[in-house]
Amino acid sequence: MSPTMFDRYLRAFGETLTMVSVSVAIAIASGLALALLLVATAPGGLYPKPRVNKALSVVVNVFRAIPFIILLVALLPFTRFIVGTTLGTWAAVVPLSIHLIAFYTRIAQVSLNEVDHGLIEAARAMGFRRWQIVRHVILPEALPGIVGGMTVCVIAMINASAMAGAVGAGGLGDLAIRYGYERYETQVLFEIIVILIVLVTSVQFGGEWLARRVDHRR
Amino acid sequence: MLWKRAAAPLEAPPPTTPAAHPAPHPAPHPVASDDHIRFDGIEKLYPGGVQALHAVSFAIRRGGVFGIIGRSGAGKSTLLRSINMLERPTGGRVLVDGVDVGTLDEEALVHLRRRIGMIFQHFNLLSAKTVRENIGLPLRVSGVGAAETRRRVDELLELVGLSDKADVYPSKLSGGQKQRVGIARALVHRPEILLCDEATSALDPETTHSILGLLRDINATLGLTIVLITHDMAVIRAICDEVLVLDQGRRVEQGPVWTVFGAPQGEATRALLRPLQHGVPDDIARRLLPEPPKQGGRAVLALRFTGESHPDGVSLASLLALVPDATLLHGGIDRIQGHAQGDLLIAVPVAALRSAVGSRFSPDSLKVLGYVANDV
Repeated sequence: MSPTMFDRYLRAFGETLTMVSVSVAIAIASGLALALLLVATAPGGLYPKPRVNKALSVVVNVFRAIPFIILLVALLPFTRFIVGTTLGTWAAVVPLSIHLIAFYTRIAQVSLNEVDHGLIEAARAMGFRRWQIVRHVILPEALPGIVGGMTVCVIAMINASAMAGAVGAGGLGDLAIRYGYERYETQVLFEIIVILIVLVTSVQFGGEWLARRVDHRR
Repeated sequence: MLWKRAAAPLEAPPPTTPAAHPAPHPAPHPVASDDHIRFDGIEKLYPGGVQALHAVSFAIRRGGVFGIIGRSGAGKSTLLRSINMLERPTGGRVLVDGVDVGTLDEEALVHLRRRIGMIFQHFNLLSAKTVRENIGLPLRVSGVGAAETRRRVDELLELVGLSDKADVYPSKLSGGQKQRVGIARALVHRPEILLCDEATSALDPETTHSILGLLRDINATLGLTIVLITHDMAVIRAICDEVLVLDQGRRVEQGPVWTVFGAPQGEATRALLRPLQHGVPDDIARRLLPEPPKQGGRAVLALRFTGESHPDGVSLASLLALVPDATLLHGGIDRIQGHAQGDLLIAVPVAALRSAVGSRFSPDSLKVLGYVANDV
């Protein structure tokens, strides 16, 4: 492999890493917050607000419904507003994050809903305030599911970032398309697939290990 | 005794409340009375039209163990949860120390709930926290410092006999140990009232026995009022002073356990008691005849002792004097709250029946169930 080619791989890897880690960080923070809001405002929740709940749910569904490649283009004006450009790695982070926020919100919502209602009742009976129930009961008990959801998210993001090449964001997927597919360099395609397989597998195993560490239910 | 209870149970929150959270609601000072909790026409109507409680009124004495029994769906869980307002009744009032808890705002409810411990059928321990963290968390969230919490948790672990399990997670404990953790956690705020929601229904008989023993000890040493709900009369018999029978959302009867056991008034009560009683065994029931046989034969008598007339026990000599050749077929005497009560089934020769029924020896009730042809 020529030094320039090696540099391309290294740069692409770095770009993928940047896109994935930044958008995952944004998505998990906001997705978790939205999921908490959805669970808390649900009928029978800690702060029942059926209308807010319904509206929020519709918004999340809208973003869930739009295919990523369409969202990428549709959000261009918004992306320009946020990062000042519509090209490059950071421009891709905006649509990636928004796409992932909607995705992770639903995943986290399932985990939060699975917390045994008896635990919440017990906390109320012990004189916990509502935010204390969220902080000390719902979040820690849902943690294994939340961590498991993060793994799914990171992998989904590695996949979606391949499409971000469309706005010149670079990354491994982009490299594979431009060299491997468009220039018929099958070996590049093959090598990148191997790199992606290794990456996804280690994320999966790492995620499972972490989820086991925080799970004391068995 | 691990700690002394505040002499005046009506005092505002214990000194554990940190300065940052002074009780903003000074405890009202109602007339001190023997009634710790009073239910006043409690109704619960669920949306959809199911009425769980129909104007239930009764009072729970301070310092006792009060049992609420009923079949599933009788409304006992709703009734228990109205004491700490986990469920709001749709009518009537619940008074704790004379305070109508339905009128309390969120902040006052938080303080009320710290004075009322609660344990659950499925324990409801946090899986992500160790035993120590589970017990200490209620104190931590109320602002008590780490060192003070640690000291209290150690006391409680000792009280429930789990000092060696402080740092394990609940999933590693047996059901009985989990319930002990639940009890320790419920006591961490030094409550005046302990609510037990089917606390032994998920446990095996041996563990049930030890948990009930622990509750009895806690009641005796800490002097708190225990309110428990159950569908099992054996639990009532084991630890309660007083019992309320609930059926289909209505109060059937209430009284000291021995009187309810000795002379149940309601059909629902009798049904709940049946598993504990010595009914007529099937083989004898099958052979019973409505009339005495032409010759010989024996009469089967059911003697019932309610604990009223022979509280100290049933004299065997007088039983023998009844009819010398009576046969004791089946039965038993239980001692409940110092009152001997139970049922005995005896057979006497038909010829001796008259003297038996007319004898001076008097159980609280004597009934001729029927006759059998020959010796049973």
